Amino acid sequence: MNSTAKPLAAYTEFHPRWYRPRVSVYWWLGEWRYLRFILRELSSVFVAAFVIVTLLGLRALRNGPEAYARFQHRLQTPTAIVLSTISFFFVLFHTITWFNLAPRAMAIRVGGKRLPDFVIAAPNYALWLLISVAVGWLVLR
Amino acid sequence: MSRQKTSNEAVLWMLFSAGGVIAAFLVPVHILLFGLAFPLGWLQAPSYEHLMQLVRMPVVRIYLFLLCSVPLFHWAHRFRYTLYDGLQVKHLNEVIFTLCYGGALLGTAVAGYLLWRIA
Repeated sequence: MNSTAKPLAAYTEFHPRWYRPRVSVYWWLGEWRYLRFILRELSSVFVAAFVIVTLLGLRALRNGPEAYARFQHRLQTPTAIVLSTISFFFVLFHTITWFNLAPRAMAIRVGGKRLPDFVIAAPNYALWLLISVAVGWLVLR
Repeated sequence: MSRQKTSNEAVLWMLFSAGGVIAAFLVPVHILLFGLAFPLGWLQAPSYEHLMQLVRMPVVRIYLFLLCSVPLFHWAHRFRYTLYDGLQVKHLNEVIFTLCYGGALLGTAVAGYLLWRIA
């Protein structure tokens, strides 16, 4: 057998302590980029709220013109306007951060050189504008 | 169990990302029109008949179904991880998972039912 083997480490009663610094629950409040991350994630709550309002609108449509008029009236209340405004800005934030992630997700190389970020992000913005105009046109036609 | 979990994760991540794309492209214009421009009178709101005419088209119904359903899975994913990482509620992980994806499935069912019965 190998006589140069080191002796086994001696047994001790005490386990070495893990190095696990405690992170505050409010870690994201200190710095703007952490807060921005949490706000970006929270934009999804406004997306979900939008879906709920849209489903309520569809239910109102199904229940007839009077029900839809009541739904429209409820959207005109100051509370609804404030919530819509906040939702709009959060969803806009989602759109912008989502599009700006695209160049990071796909690094396209042309002739050995990486395409600059805006070349990949720009078509998204163009398509966004086009789709928004198309939706507006269909609804307002 | 862990293998099951990882395979779920891939599907859920695809739904998250598809929902993110749909939300990014479509939700702002919808809120701008139906949440602000029409209620505040910036634009003449479309009539009930016109909206019904649109909603009767199968293409529009599929569009509305995707618009309502898939972004809910986007919400479920982000909200779950916000609670997990942001607020560090790790002990309730399974409850949160069930509530988030259960909510998304419920919303999908409601959207399907309404759009099926709306005509």
